[in-house]
Amino acid sequence: MSAPSVVVLDYGTGNVHSAVKALELAGADVTLTADRKLAQEADGLLVPGVGAFSAVMSALRAVRGDEIIDRRLGGGRPVMGICVGMQVLFEHGVERGVDTEGLGEWPGAVTELPAEVLPHMGWNTIETGENSVLFNGVEDERFYFVHSYAAQSWTLDVMPPFPEPSLSWAEHGGRFLAAVENGPLSATQFHPEKSGDAGIRLLKNWLDSLRSA
Amino acid sequence: MALSVRVIPCLDVADGRVVKGVNFQNLRDAGDPVELAKRYFEQGADELTFLDVTATVDNRSTTYDVVRATAEQVFIPLTVGGGIRSVEDVSRLQANGADKVGVNSAAIARPALIAEIADRFGSQVLVLSLDVKRSGRTESGFVVTTHGGRTETDLDALDWARQAIELGVGELLVNSIDADGTKAGFDLELIRIMRELSTVPVIASGGAGAVEHFPPAIAAGADAVLAASVFHNGELTIGQVKAAIAAEGMPVRA
Repeated sequence: MSAPSVVVLDYGTGNVHSAVKALELAGADVTLTADRKLAQEADGLLVPGVGAFSAVMSALRAVRGDEIIDRRLGGGRPVMGICVGMQVLFEHGVERGVDTEGLGEWPGAVTELPAEVLPHMGWNTIETGENSVLFNGVEDERFYFVHSYAAQSWTLDVMPPFPEPSLSWAEHGGRFLAAVENGPLSATQFHPEKSGDAGIRLLKNWLDSLRSA
Repeated sequence: MALSVRVIPCLDVADGRVVKGVNFQNLRDAGDPVELAKRYFEQGADELTFLDVTATVDNRSTTYDVVRATAEQVFIPLTVGGGIRSVEDVSRLQANGADKVGVNSAAIARPALIAEIADRFGSQVLVLSLDVKRSGRTESGFVVTTHGGRTETDLDALDWARQAIELGVGELLVNSIDADGTKAGFDLELIRIMRELSTVPVIASGGAGAVEHFPPAIAAGADAVLAASVFHNGELTIGQVKAAIAAEGMPVRA
């Protein structure tokens, strides 16, 4: 069985080096690029994201990442967002009073966590969703988070024949979405590429799902 | 359920090697940073911090190589401090696999650097490193020092911490110069004061000499504990420190 091909979308955000190396270790054939054709055709597209919601959205639009993601999802082709790469999948984000439109793949807003100490930085436990594929074998592990904002509710009603999304939650000041698995679209608020062996396993689980997608 | 307490080994790196010394003097070679980083990762380190103590700017590229090689093999957060003076320095380090950067003297000389980095990359990327000493020079009795504690500034450590948080740092690395090198335990009073004023995570540093020194630092409010020599000298392993913390009922990552 050949290695699944994954494009890590290169649009100038944060440390993407680790995401590339972690995916390679998990068994993927990885290309770091913003090339539309390659991003469209890969078995999986990984969208990293670090920094401010508005900055990530502008950078994403600058490489037409919004269209790439839309088109892939329209064809049922897997996409995974990490950290702010997860946050921008929602309708909008509110940071320091600035309300920015997101990609709108999921309804709802990304808002500041109601915690005394922010950023939420470090290794936290996760209440994993039913039927999760990503957390298979690592349900009880801690994962590495670093963020101040998150989606704190889920309002998408999924009608049959579409399967119910698998929602995983974590807590810091309040409950928030740690991961969502919704058909071809998955996302984690934490950084699997910085979560040691557990993170590599989670990425491997995603790669395995690409083979059957 | 809550965040676990982070245990962070710190490696001083010069010209591509880990060095040991007291206050940056009499540096001795202590091994290959990538090998040490891997060993700490295997022992359960929650993050790694590299402090670049390279004397000349010319030799800094070796630190980028070390960061890159480490990030290819160790999948936990990597912080790099030392010699960071600009947004471009941060950009280069990130491109080589660093997740966070620590600023110290350059931010003291030019506080706007904090806002420049935070605006561009977000607060979560920026750690303010504070070398703090007791002194009659300031109102709070705690002064910010530079050059490994040898030079006192005019900055009140509490005021500087507040100002830096306001400007956008995402974390405070509080190193007690009074406790540093004593191996008599962390500076609990300083940790308590910093925890009280800080809205961002606080990493306690300086004074660790035995496993029983760690739980009181956490009880005093540290979100993370950092140590160097006790790990490098092989006196303690990360696992032993975590076991001591867990034995006090505090959460650690297994």
